[in-house]
Amino acid sequence: MNNGSRELNFGQAINEALRLEMRRDKTIIVMGEDVAGAAGRAHLGLADAWGGPLRATRGLIGEFGPERVIDTPIAEMGFVGAAVGAAMTGLRPVVEVMFVDLIGVCYDQIVNQAAKMHYMMGGKVAVPMVIRTAYGTRGDKRSYGGGAAAQHSQTLYAVLAHIPGLKVVVPSTAYNAKGLTISAIRDDGPVMVMEHKFLGLSAKGHVPEEAYTVPIGKCEIVRQGTDVTLVGIGRMTHVCLEAADLLEQDGVDAEVIDVLTINPLDEETIVESLKRTHRLVVADEDTPVCSMARDIAARMADVAFDYLDAPIKTVTAADTPVPFAAVLEAHYTPNAERIVAAAREQIGVGC
Amino acid sequence: MVETDPLRSGTSPMEGSDPQPTHADLVGMYQRMSLIRQFEERLKWLVETGVPVGAVHYYIGQEAVAAGMCSVLQEGDWIASNHRGHGHCIAKGVDVAPMMAELFGKVTGTNRGKGGSMHITDITKGILGVNPIVGASVAHALGAALSAKVRKTPQVAVAFFGEGGANIGITHECLNMAAIWKLPLVFVCENNGYAQATPVEYACAIADISERAAGYCIPGLTVDGQDVIAVWQAALTAVDRARSGKGPTFIEAKTYRYFGHHQGDDPLRYRLAEEEKKARERDCLQLFRKKMSEEGPLTIAQLDAIDEQNKAVLDQAVDFAKASPLPPAEDLYTDVYVSNTSAT
Repeated sequence: MNNGSRELNFGQAINEALRLEMRRDKTIIVMGEDVAGAAGRAHLGLADAWGGPLRATRGLIGEFGPERVIDTPIAEMGFVGAAVGAAMTGLRPVVEVMFVDLIGVCYDQIVNQAAKMHYMMGGKVAVPMVIRTAYGTRGDKRSYGGGAAAQHSQTLYAVLAHIPGLKVVVPSTAYNAKGLTISAIRDDGPVMVMEHKFLGLSAKGHVPEEAYTVPIGKCEIVRQGTDVTLVGIGRMTHVCLEAADLLEQDGVDAEVIDVLTINPLDEETIVESLKRTHRLVVADEDTPVCSMARDIAARMADVAFDYLDAPIKTVTAADTPVPFAAVLEAHYTPNAERIVAAAREQIGVGC
Repeated sequence: MVETDPLRSGTSPMEGSDPQPTHADLVGMYQRMSLIRQFEERLKWLVETGVPVGAVHYYIGQEAVAAGMCSVLQEGDWIASNHRGHGHCIAKGVDVAPMMAELFGKVTGTNRGKGGSMHITDITKGILGVNPIVGASVAHALGAALSAKVRKTPQVAVAFFGEGGANIGITHECLNMAAIWKLPLVFVCENNGYAQATPVEYACAIADISERAAGYCIPGLTVDGQDVIAVWQAALTAVDRARSGKGPTFIEAKTYRYFGHHQGDDPLRYRLAEEEKKARERDCLQLFRKKMSEEGPLTIAQLDAIDEQNKAVLDQAVDFAKASPLPPAEDLYTDVYVSNTSAT
């Protein structure tokens, strides 16, 4: 574990971010449903029975105790609201909303309370809190797919990015998950951290053991190219990289940008890329209406139109609820073939 | 309308002899009630003469609840308020001059003109927010109580909500969490009879809302919300209980709002003039004055002097509000995000 090439998976990286920050700052607490699990059962010791959907909070109660790692009843409105109150009074809560599909239950506390408190009070109070939540479909043709259907598979980050005052980050690798989580915890305002459920091996990678930050509000160019810019969000970044490999076989050199923060959006990095490639495809696992994909497309049409040689293309989930059957879920979810097709259409138009 | 035995409901925390207020306590209570009443009456007059102060919800009639509760709190304690929040702010010690300036939308306002009546707040006085999303701020009080417990400070939090707010799910979630974690929190349900135009007997199947506390295994009691000393006694016991680590209490204060839900509402569309008249016969300020004139220790002359001082304070507050500048246009874009983060 001590060598320089130590690899962690996505959940382990977030776990390490939480652990290191909780050691550094005693005002950080973690709360949510089964963030430990069985925490009230003293006779079982402080071993956790659950540790969250990505197991990202596993083991924390053993080190930090039940006063800082708080299993809540099923009460998202109440405990997200409690985090707002705690954040206003000296703590830095990290709340877990198990799945983003549950966000409707506590939307008021995020949209009307956490996001607006600083503004409504004329800048006289800060709400330093983090909400972590899991999202997404598996989207491949395994017999089981994600298998969680319409109420446990959504992406929904566009309805969070829409809110002024709320920062929203979407990590894609173990490395940036750790760094963005630490940045989110250290931010003095509310930050949503969107954690994809099925990043699996594609997110696994080298993660330094020490604490480090990845800046909020910055995109990252993860593959340099000259012919077309593929913009990905979260797991879609990996799908864009897969598409770039396929395009390379056709002699098309694609640049891939990992958005990482959807609000505030780093427009500049995307514009600079378009000055080189003149073509844009945005891949987004969310449904298309009022999506980040269309928001990015609209912004680029507004500020980078002169650099574009072809109409912008978006590749999104289907405009439907998430279906159960794996074959249907695979149709619902954007994939590399669709991104390749969109890029080819661009090259055809642009040449 | 309020013929309530204050010890009728739930498990009362007020066993044994009731605590009695000192001379200073009584002055503090009357001072708060008087200032709230005059602030709201002045505001009402300003509204009716055409001063644009946005949507306002007058606290007139309910003053004894905020005054009785906040008289037992310390400066470091927290309160969370609802849309009808002017009274809570004043009772907790917010300066009325920046409050008035906020209502005028001035940059010198408590919220720099970004909040208005429904968000009027001074965090430095321990107010977590006046909050017009009914029930939302109950959770903020819960969080403040959790914060006190985790940080091991002796602070107490109070959640003010109405009988309307007693019906939203978040309040019940918070009652349960406060109970299981034994948090230093007092739930204060101001039952003024109406959620906007919906009467309590329609919206609640239970006669005394405090009886719901039994379902969360915490003490619940109903007090006469027009009797500031009764509120003060209940508050003292509940706050002592919270501060000593024994957990939350639910207090229902039966009271009455004299005017409509907001400044534009005519309550005679949904209630009878006779009911209003009967309620006003039990006005909290007049009941207090009557008690003092009959039993002391304060004299009517002393109470009149407090009223006069408050009048002068409000004259200055209105002058301050009128003379203050409007916010500059660029303020629209400030304070959306916290500018300084501790990120390294």
